[in-house]
Amino acid sequence: MNCPVSIPANADCVTLAHGEGGRLSRKLIQERIIHALSNETLQAMNDAAQLPRVMGSLALTTDSFVVSPLFFSGGDIGTLAVYGTVNDLAVSGAKPLWLTLSLIMEEGLPLVILDRVLESIANAAQQTGVKIVAGDTKVVPRGAADGLFINTAGVGELIAPIPPGAATLQEGDELIVSGTIGRHGIAILAVREELGLEPLPSSDCGSLLRPVECLRESMGHQIRCLRDATRGGVAAVMQEWAEASGMTLSIDERSLPIAADVRGISELLGLDPLHIANEGTMVIAVKSGAGSEAVSLLQSLSETAEARVIGTVKPRGIAAVTIRRTLGAEQPLDDPLGSPLPRIC
Amino acid sequence: MKYLDEYRDPEAARLLLDEIRRVSTRCWTLMEVCGGQTHSLLRHGIAAELEGMVELIHGPGCPVCVTDQEAIDFACQLAQRDDVILASFGDMLRVPGSRGSLLDARTAGARIQIVYSPLDAVQLARKHPEKQVVFFAVGFETTAPATALAVKQADRDQLDNFSLIVSHVRVQPAMESLVQAPDNRVQAFLAAGHVCTVMGYESYESFVKQYRLPVVVAGFEPLDLLEGILACVKQLEAYEARLENRYARTVQAAGNQPAQDLVREIYQICDRGWRGFGVIPEGGLELRTEYRRFDARTRFAASALPVIHVDECRSFDVMTGHLKPPDCPHFRKSCNPESPLGAPMVSSEGACAAYYRYGMTASR
Repeated sequence: MNCPVSIPANADCVTLAHGEGGRLSRKLIQERIIHALSNETLQAMNDAAQLPRVMGSLALTTDSFVVSPLFFSGGDIGTLAVYGTVNDLAVSGAKPLWLTLSLIMEEGLPLVILDRVLESIANAAQQTGVKIVAGDTKVVPRGAADGLFINTAGVGELIAPIPPGAATLQEGDELIVSGTIGRHGIAILAVREELGLEPLPSSDCGSLLRPVECLRESMGHQIRCLRDATRGGVAAVMQEWAEASGMTLSIDERSLPIAADVRGISELLGLDPLHIANEGTMVIAVKSGAGSEAVSLLQSLSETAEARVIGTVKPRGIAAVTIRRTLGAEQPLDDPLGSPLPRIC
Repeated sequence: MKYLDEYRDPEAARLLLDEIRRVSTRCWTLMEVCGGQTHSLLRHGIAAELEGMVELIHGPGCPVCVTDQEAIDFACQLAQRDDVILASFGDMLRVPGSRGSLLDARTAGARIQIVYSPLDAVQLARKHPEKQVVFFAVGFETTAPATALAVKQADRDQLDNFSLIVSHVRVQPAMESLVQAPDNRVQAFLAAGHVCTVMGYESYESFVKQYRLPVVVAGFEPLDLLEGILACVKQLEAYEARLENRYARTVQAAGNQPAQDLVREIYQICDRGWRGFGVIPEGGLELRTEYRRFDARTRFAASALPVIHVDECRSFDVMTGHLKPPDCPHFRKSCNPESPLGAPMVSSEGACAAYYRYGMTASR
């Protein structure tokens, strides 16, 4: 495991016996997992979590988290798992309520690492007000996983007004990003590939719950759609929205908020921050004329202080997504094949 | 960003474009040698802005594109051995050999590690003494010093599990081979700034005299390129052929002497097969006899599988200015980044990839 966290040489580790349902399994679950994530529903240890009735309709999402290394500047696999699922619910117009948590552990995972991840999960859950109500643990033989994989499912209550979705985009609508782009992907790359950068670039891994709530309360009916720009980056969201709406989404390169370190590393390696993953940054489309109000609102919050209008929606032109370059040329923004590979020189 | 934004200023670019428009009386044909320059010219829309004033030919300056298929086949073959870790720069991975790419080999189980520097490959060899680490040493004079340093380190540490597939190529012999061709269309060259940073530009003096073609050393940002193009056009309009350095903030006449000394110590000049071009005399570098034990071809008695030649890719015509990528019958049809016919479509510096990525306006 390529992990920058120092581990004592004699550290206790997860063994195959921890996953076989016996005493060691119970000990692991009760003394470590339930202890860290303590709540009444989880403590009941039923086969299924019994949940109270809610007023509205429900939203359900699931996600799996496989990140190497497990810890990086700005977060770890635990914060990713909670924020990632909470953000999926939030941008879908739901108030996150409950999460399930499945841990797939590789034999040999140090228990101190597991404890640190669980602590992160507990803190992120407390911050976002979600309860972890059910879970599962599995242990796989050494070599069958990369330390720790996490799967979550999230349940939220849909709260009106729900953003109507990308199919409703119209000419003149404004496109916003909530913060600087590409930070998560570059932070992971810098640690995983041991690029030797000092200071290490930091991930944007974080909750979008509060910004989404503020936007919804203040200008709900003016929001067309929201999406957290994770794998594939902002470009992937743009491509999906363009496909859903049949419109052209046009971005202005000069208005993109990009942190200096992300920009420098991207230039060096021939990568485009628009295609790089984020974990606490979303794209928002609002009705024509509402862009500056939405940006002012977002900029008043610490999580989204770097929000910017980055483009507009136009009738379908030369391509589904276009970008106006620094010197003024408008070009198609491509949809890359797989993950971008760093270049030679 | 310092050293970047000031060379992307739209107003200054507009002034340079106006000046090029003012001085050119006909459409001149220039070659930018380097693939990085090609991408910059298309990304910033400069090639499209110059239509009718300057025709840009996208030269062979992408080391990934010109790496011989045989070398890729050999790399794939070695990577499939249980005792080998193949270390490569990222953008070599998608380039098709005659039996698939390194990515295909990786999917089939080969151990292939992306590295950012040849020294990372040496480090990998230190970490895995039980494996043979083979570095796929691709690149122009820009990357040759770093691989030379890697060989020095491996030699110093007496690493017997590190070797290279040496595929280094030299720019100037390729330029000579281009201008010697009877159907040469190039009237002036933008020389590659990165290569000149290492090698200097004095060696171009004889080239300029012999072939009576302007050579202007240029950088990679929009203003660097526009200044270089303007300098070429001014010379051509004045019937001059001189060597000029328009990348003075980085390039010195003599280049980087310690880097050159290192390259000379480890490598010697050799003839080299260039993909699409055939063998270019003095077009490559190989390890000197005293370092030949680090040559993967010496170390591994791999059976040389014959290259399966598929001649559909027209990259040679593209790199010599006889075909624009969008005019290629395969472009966006049977050749695209998902299933490329040749390297220029998948390399991050390839001309076809640049047209695919930015080209809708540039190709009109």
